[in-house]
Amino acid sequence: MDTFINQPVSIDEITPWRPPSIRKVGMLTLITTESALFAIFVVAYIFYIGKSLNGPYPHELLEIPWSASFALFGSSATITFAEFALKKGNRPLFHLWWFITIAMGIYFLGFTAYEWHEFIFEKHLTISTNVFGTTFYSLVGLHASHVVVGLLLLGTILISSLRNKLDHEHHEHVEIISWYWHFVDAVWAVVLTVVYFISAHY
Amino acid sequence: MANGTTTTATDDDDFVITPTRPGEEKGAWSAWIQDLLFTVDHKKLGLMYIGSGLLFFVVAGLMATLIRAQLAFPNSHLIAPDVYNRFFTMHGTAMVFMVGMPIIFGMANYLVPIMIGARDMAFPRLNAFGFWMFFFSGWFLYFSYFAGPGLYNAGSAPDIGWFAYSPLTAKAFSRGHSSDYWTLSLLSSGIGSMATALNIIVTTISLRCKGMTLGRMPLFVWTFLVVAFLVILALPPLSACQIMLILDRYLGAKFFDTQSGGSAVLWQHFFWIFGHPEVYILILPGFAAMNEIVPVFSRKPIFGYPIMVGANVMIAFISLGVWAHHMFTVGMTSLGNSFFAISTMLVAIPTGIKIFNWIGTMYGGKIRFEMPMIFCIAFLFQFLIAGLTGVMLSVAPFDWQLSDSYFVVAHFHYVLIGGLLYTIFASIYYWYPKAFGRMMSHKIGLWHFWLFTIGFHLTFGPQHIAGFLGMPRRIYTYEAGRGWEIWNLMSSIGVIFQLAGVLLFVWNLIYSYRKGKIAGDDPWDAWTLEWATTSPPPDYNFEKIPEVRSRRPLWDLKHPDDPDWKYE
Amino acid sequence: MTLLLPALTARAAEPTVYPISNMFDPLSKPALMIHESSIVVSLICLVIFLLVTGMIAYVVVKFPSKGASDDRQEPPQIYGSSQIELAWTVIPILITVVLILVTTRTIGEIQDKKMPENAVRVTIIGHQWWWEIHYMKPDGKGGWITDFVTANELHIPLSPKDKPRPTALTLESADVIHSYWVPQLNGKTDVIPNHQNHMWFEPWATGTFLGNCAEYCGTQHANMLIRVMVQKPDEFEKWLADQRAAPRTPLDAIALQGRQVFFGNSCVSCHKIAGTVAVGLFGPDLTHLMARTAIGSGVAPIGQASLRDWVRNPAHLKPGVLMPDMQLSEAQVDQVVAYLMTLK
Repeated sequence: MDTFINQPVSIDEITPWRPPSIRKVGMLTLITTESALFAIFVVAYIFYIGKSLNGPYPHELLEIPWSASFALFGSSATITFAEFALKKGNRPLFHLWWFITIAMGIYFLGFTAYEWHEFIFEKHLTISTNVFGTTFYSLVGLHASHVVVGLLLLGTILISSLRNKLDHEHHEHVEIISWYWHFVDAVWAVVLTVVYFISAHY
Repeated sequence: MANGTTTTATDDDDFVITPTRPGEEKGAWSAWIQDLLFTVDHKKLGLMYIGSGLLFFVVAGLMATLIRAQLAFPNSHLIAPDVYNRFFTMHGTAMVFMVGMPIIFGMANYLVPIMIGARDMAFPRLNAFGFWMFFFSGWFLYFSYFAGPGLYNAGSAPDIGWFAYSPLTAKAFSRGHSSDYWTLSLLSSGIGSMATALNIIVTTISLRCKGMTLGRMPLFVWTFLVVAFLVILALPPLSACQIMLILDRYLGAKFFDTQSGGSAVLWQHFFWIFGHPEVYILILPGFAAMNEIVPVFSRKPIFGYPIMVGANVMIAFISLGVWAHHMFTVGMTSLGNSFFAISTMLVAIPTGIKIFNWIGTMYGGKIRFEMPMIFCIAFLFQFLIAGLTGVMLSVAPFDWQLSDSYFVVAHFHYVLIGGLLYTIFASIYYWYPKAFGRMMSHKIGLWHFWLFTIGFHLTFGPQHIAGFLGMPRRIYTYEAGRGWEIWNLMSSIGVIFQLAGVLLFVWNLIYSYRKGKIAGDDPWDAWTLEWATTSPPPDYNFEKIPEVRSRRPLWDLKHPDDPDWKYE
Repeated sequence: MTLLLPALTARAAEPTVYPISNMFDPLSKPALMIHESSIVVSLICLVIFLLVTGMIAYVVVKFPSKGASDDRQEPPQIYGSSQIELAWTVIPILITVVLILVTTRTIGEIQDKKMPENAVRVTIIGHQWWWEIHYMKPDGKGGWITDFVTANELHIPLSPKDKPRPTALTLESADVIHSYWVPQLNGKTDVIPNHQNHMWFEPWATGTFLGNCAEYCGTQHANMLIRVMVQKPDEFEKWLADQRAAPRTPLDAIALQGRQVFFGNSCVSCHKIAGTVAVGLFGPDLTHLMARTAIGSGVAPIGQASLRDWVRNPAHLKPGVLMPDMQLSEAQVDQVVAYLMTLK
């Protein structure tokens, strides 16, 4: 039954039919659902601020992670530069910025590792010590695990580009991976505010 | 993401039409199994979703039968208390997560791409991933029964109720691993659900055929778009609280440890932030089916398309802000109770609009009483009752009496059986000819309908009254002399009728597959795109991707002198 | 329908036990306030139900297709009507406003009630699967401390309508979530660990009222029954005095032997008997056991036979109960029961 014909020409036939890309819609949906996941952990953290029955308490431990935050927020800028370079067709510059982005992400993860090592082995705060430990490790850990996933995606792009497998049709892949990376950054802005700025007073 | 060729779909003239009925070719069983295991076709996955959902439906339904057998008489010793508690936990969990969710996802999978004139879902492999996550989660949940005696300390099935209030789930009160089966099963099936919902959203937004603007999408697709957004927003809280529970049970975290400053009420908030939208995730697909079936069998377009879309969006939006009406008895402040009572009552407005618009659609039509329509009319009546008992429950002081009583049990069974299950039956009678090329038997259908309807009202009607008389839910037995005997006995007798009805339904599915009347492409004289292709549709759905100009493309085709697009 | 419900519980003029806990037969002030708003809501719902059912029936009867010949001509295609849709948007909004007003007023009146000076103060602590009940007295510093402890059966005074004397309950839990529900006296309130809740009764009829734990709390949730005895003021005062008094020392030889068995076993690590070394807190206080009407939180009426059954193996009457089988000999069981029967 292929007779959708014999109907008068309408505005639909003159304007091209271009629904949005499935990858972009998919990534936006993924970011929406991830935001809902983070929201619950953030709410749990806020709910338990100041409710620990025993120490160590946030104000004894938490210091604002300036350098790590700088690295992560900065990587949002560098990934944009990289994308820009890719669009201009400047492969070496793209590689450079992309590599810097990965390096800054790794620096951030290194900081988290160092911070956790210090908290666990020197300050004796574990996930089972008190509700602060429980909510802190789960929220920061959930974010860090997203940084890891982001780094894996970034690494995949770098490797395929270095092996000359990154064609013009893959530019959209690069773009949506940068969206994910911006999302991970935005979540850090929330975590930084809630954990390091607000709860550090308790 | 190698599906680019099937999704852009412009260079498709070299397809050859070879319509085949699944199972007709005399292939070996192994080939058939292999096909099921590796398929990424949305129609096969859709049928697999519905088939396995029905399988779990039978298992969980038999559990309910045993529950009613135990409660038929007071002071009964038929079933031991811990066994009974496992029954109602598994019944509830399975009915929501292994029956309701997969069947609605199956409907979406099968119908959404065809209705919007696409060749498949946006991400076919992700689609298969979603199905297998659900499938293994279901068996994993039930495996808890067998894990008990075989493995040391592995316990048996969970006995924590389907909403698993902490701290009953803490290690101290739930020893062994039964609760772990529950929580891991829900976590993994939740991941599958989110993947499928993402797929539905992307498919609906990006793969519509030419001319199908949002304002021309069938209401069925609109409703599923809203459902998918609810899944995207509501399932993460469930996953989050399952992660927290796993951390509590395995790493000694304190989220819900009331001895260490943790809160038992926090679990309830997180669970119901998921749990209430979940109710709408389950009932909106029922509305979706109503939106397609009622117009076709009334021979009129849906009454008030824009307001129906608006009502869907409004229901979804409000449903995200009403969760604590499940918690009127936990001792919130009077302000909190008032807020959630008010927000809950607001749901009645868009729901009322929908019921009136369906009646408006039927008004002035020429109603054909085919099986799908009969189930839809019963839906209207039963969902009306469910909605009104819902209004009664939303009045917080009344809820202090009714909450956790058998009245609530009656209420949500009217929603989920009288509402959802009836529309699932209607959908199966309506789209079975499309999927298998044969009509389902009307005669067996009528027997199925009447037996099941009598049984349903006999089972759940009296439970309202048992609730008024103070009978709490989830008790494995009750003392004689409290006025509950007669209502429970009626309830248990009703189950026999329901069982007979379901048996006839299953028989109808099998019988019609072999002996049903050949359906043809468009047996109901309907108007949406799925009826523009063969029954069953070929793998690629459409020989040529259609173009539409109105909400009822096939109406335009059949009535070239009076097409819809002139009026929209 | 709801108006007919009181008829379900037709009863003698002044019964001693109200076996049918019908929420539409309220005998206490908060239950009556709930009842009044329930009736308003139920009637509104009933009217809507009848109207909409009538509409459904009308279209089903009035507009069926008249067969194949009729089907050839499609009915007029109506796409909607703004006026009609507006009408059935506005009407539900108006009804909702009425419901909101009824609801919020009742919520405030019940939840935010101030307890008067003469209120009886009781703290109820939920356990798997029984109720620990503390009667409170002022500690002299504006707070409240325990006066005496009992279990499962709550005695409260009659509260005449002209001279009300409410009972104020504070609800806490020792383990999981429970819910305290006596439909004829008030709605239910959850009993939650690490979280205090409050509710109150103002009954104007004497007698025994029945209720259940209303939140699933594990294996024996079904047998976590509630009995509330509403007594005339003088009877209530006498009961209070009896409860405060020390238990009598057993007199006959067999009870004395039972006492030895009781104190020689681990019974004492879970049960308390005031004035003795039995100070356990995990099980019900047994100081005045025989003043109660049932054992096992309502699983069986109290008496020699049921006590024997219980002491020999508690799981026989209440499978899953946390009290272990103490492996006593038949003679020891008789002795312990004889001792328990002296705890009046």
